[in-house]
Amino acid sequence: MLLGLLVLAGGLQLAGYDAPTALGALWQGAAGSWYALTSATLVRAVPLVIIGLGIALAFRAGALNIGAEGQFYAGAIAAAWVGLHVGGRPAGIAATAVLLAAILAGMAWVLVPVWLKLRFGVLEVISTLLLNFVAESLVSLMVQGPLQEAQHIYPQSDSIAAAARLPLLPGTRLHAGLLLALVAAAALWYVFARTLWGFRLHAVGAGARAAEISGRIDVRRVGAVALLGSGALAGLAGGVELSGVSYALFQNLSPGYGFTAIAVALLARLHPLGVVATGILFGALEAGAGAMQRDAGVPAVAVYVVEAVVIVVVLLAEASARRATAARVTA
Amino acid sequence: MTAPPALALRGIRKHFGSVQALRGADFTLMPGELHALLGENGAGKTTLMHVAYGLARPDAGTVAIGGAVVSVPSPRAARRLGVGMVHQHFTSVLALSVAENVALAAGWSVYPAALRERVRALGDRVGLPLEPNTPAGRLSVGLKQRLEIVKALATDVHVLLLDEPTAVLAPGEAEELLRVVRVFTAKGGSAVLITHKLDEALAAADRVTVLRQGMVVHEGLATAETRESLAAAMVGEGAEKPVREGKTLGDEPGQGASVPVLVRLEELEVPRDTGYGIAVRRATLTIRAGEIVGIAAVEGNGQRELLRAVAGRLHALRGRREVAGPVGFIPEDRTTEGLIPALSLTENVVLGSRADDPWIRRGRVDWRVARARTAALLKEYEVVAPGPDVPAAALSGGNQQRVVVARELARQPRVVVAENPTRGLDLRATAAIHARLRAAAAGGAAVLVYCSDLDEVLDLSTRLVVAARGTLIEPPPGATRAQVGELMVTGGR
Repeated sequence: MLLGLLVLAGGLQLAGYDAPTALGALWQGAAGSWYALTSATLVRAVPLVIIGLGIALAFRAGALNIGAEGQFYAGAIAAAWVGLHVGGRPAGIAATAVLLAAILAGMAWVLVPVWLKLRFGVLEVISTLLLNFVAESLVSLMVQGPLQEAQHIYPQSDSIAAAARLPLLPGTRLHAGLLLALVAAAALWYVFARTLWGFRLHAVGAGARAAEISGRIDVRRVGAVALLGSGALAGLAGGVELSGVSYALFQNLSPGYGFTAIAVALLARLHPLGVVATGILFGALEAGAGAMQRDAGVPAVAVYVVEAVVIVVVLLAEASARRATAARVTA
Repeated sequence: MTAPPALALRGIRKHFGSVQALRGADFTLMPGELHALLGENGAGKTTLMHVAYGLARPDAGTVAIGGAVVSVPSPRAARRLGVGMVHQHFTSVLALSVAENVALAAGWSVYPAALRERVRALGDRVGLPLEPNTPAGRLSVGLKQRLEIVKALATDVHVLLLDEPTAVLAPGEAEELLRVVRVFTAKGGSAVLITHKLDEALAAADRVTVLRQGMVVHEGLATAETRESLAAAMVGEGAEKPVREGKTLGDEPGQGASVPVLVRLEELEVPRDTGYGIAVRRATLTIRAGEIVGIAAVEGNGQRELLRAVAGRLHALRGRREVAGPVGFIPEDRTTEGLIPALSLTENVVLGSRADDPWIRRGRVDWRVARARTAALLKEYEVVAPGPDVPAAALSGGNQQRVVVARELARQPRVVVAENPTRGLDLRATAAIHARLRAAAAGGAAVLVYCSDLDEVLDLSTRLVVAARGTLIEPPPGATRAQVGELMVTGGR
């Protein structure tokens, strides 16, 4: 992390920017005030954490779900549709219906890759990735067609009913989705660490053949359930983003959350509580990036340098740890 | 004046971490000889040959090839110097064809038509024909081993190092392989044969060298040695000698109507593991409590599928299968099927847990109980391991196998299926596994076991069944070893 910031500072200085000002702006934008922390950093962290948990679930079982972006959009579409039709219902019921619809849509979106995998052995890496483009096109179709706002001018939907929106922390833009993220993290931690099912999931990811031969684990089923769970969480993130932040569906609702979340999960080494920490870290970087662009004129993409360096450092550390283990084994 | 040694290792020392693998080992391979290198697991045999092949850099000592001291920094350098090696574990790329694997090892161009011919010619030249287009992953264990040797001989090699090449082979195949090595040495090549099998060393080799704890403790002409002298050198003075008493076949202690039948197969047909074709044809077999039924078979004759069908790991196409539960299954490949190397020993013991295991409570794992149970198993089964939390990968092969056996037998299964359970293990570990299987049978389990080594099956089993081309044949009472061998090859026709 430090190394990443140092590389960023060095790069900015070389490129002719004022590095201290830029890093100061980054800090201010991410954690400089209560408002920045809650309304910028944590708001961005919520979808990263929820999707990251789903990625951790799938990757632990050895199922490489690269399609969280698409599942997020599927969830957002369903949430928008339901959110536009639940006006007049009590707030609790309306919001719950929106989130449930989002979860189901995320699962439905991953059902196609699951079926292709079980029936034809199609690699989920490819099928989930490709469905991202389909989902993005579907959003664009929706916001220019069935879900377009009443005036038919802008490519976006109307705002969802007030009853369907998530409650906010007073004085901020932070919504109740944060609680959902924390509950999901705790639940997933319990499943991974304490339950037989969670262990079997891990066993399938670590050694599918041995898991199969043990005679007690249905490897295909575990993989399918992990993918469905992963899609459910990504869909939920889409629903939360829509009912907690944007209130309306539009293109580019996600600035690549579904992909950044893969880095979030890997950096946390697929540990659910770690995902909360890395999700907030990446949320802070992205929040700070906006401030850096405004106040120091540094392009926001510079922050991706930090993200990339952090990932490379972690991968290197893991590789060298593996090599140390391998050396012990040969001895 | 005699020719210089083909390979001379002098005063080789090598340590890994805190383990001193070699403590000043000397080894001399003369031109044209087949030299057996013996020793228990961990004696340093493989490490010594890795030094000659450039896979391990010695802390001290010299390597001389053809009389000239050389530096061997890498396997590439070793191959340039005319040294080839066949490793204990397969090193082929399973998704590539036989021809492509040979090209990869030899550095040949992969232009398909020319390569196919070249590989076919190579196979014929060394006497180990292989179909060039077959994907390596489709080959049986015996044929994979053949591919390894063909790869090693693809370039101009005059020193061939073979690391336990017969560990995975059935007697017929092992003899075939040794014959090929013999042809190689007759043409002036020199070969080192690392092995655990004393009979093989005595029968095939010109000279033998025995390593113990990283040092050469014995060296001599094979004709001057006996099983006893070699075993004593390997395990040290005063240690137990391997025991093999004579046994008459067809001797069935488990018979009698009062002894319950735990395995009953009738006309069972089982598909091949690969999914293509039939592996087991109309197999009928009954195993009673207390019996150890040994399968004698040449690799790829349906024994693998038969065992897996009995263990419930493979579904039969037709026929009746009645097997009492629970079944303990010891698969052949401990690192991909028996254990998950990256997981801890405790996790590996929990792998395959059922809901009624003491550490499972309503879907929850009580890791404290599981860990304590694992620690107790490690002790009971004499596993040498730092503790239940280390990854399975950190253990030696023999100890990994003990963990698999411990896990499968701890549940007190009524039926035990063991697939080549002592593959690649040394005398001591083999004896320990045998004792466990015998104890399980004595405790009332029905045991079904296949070993690639015929002598081992004969020694271990109370009743022998031959599998040939997917058909089961019971040898007549009092059949000799030679008769059993013939049945294995001909299938009784």
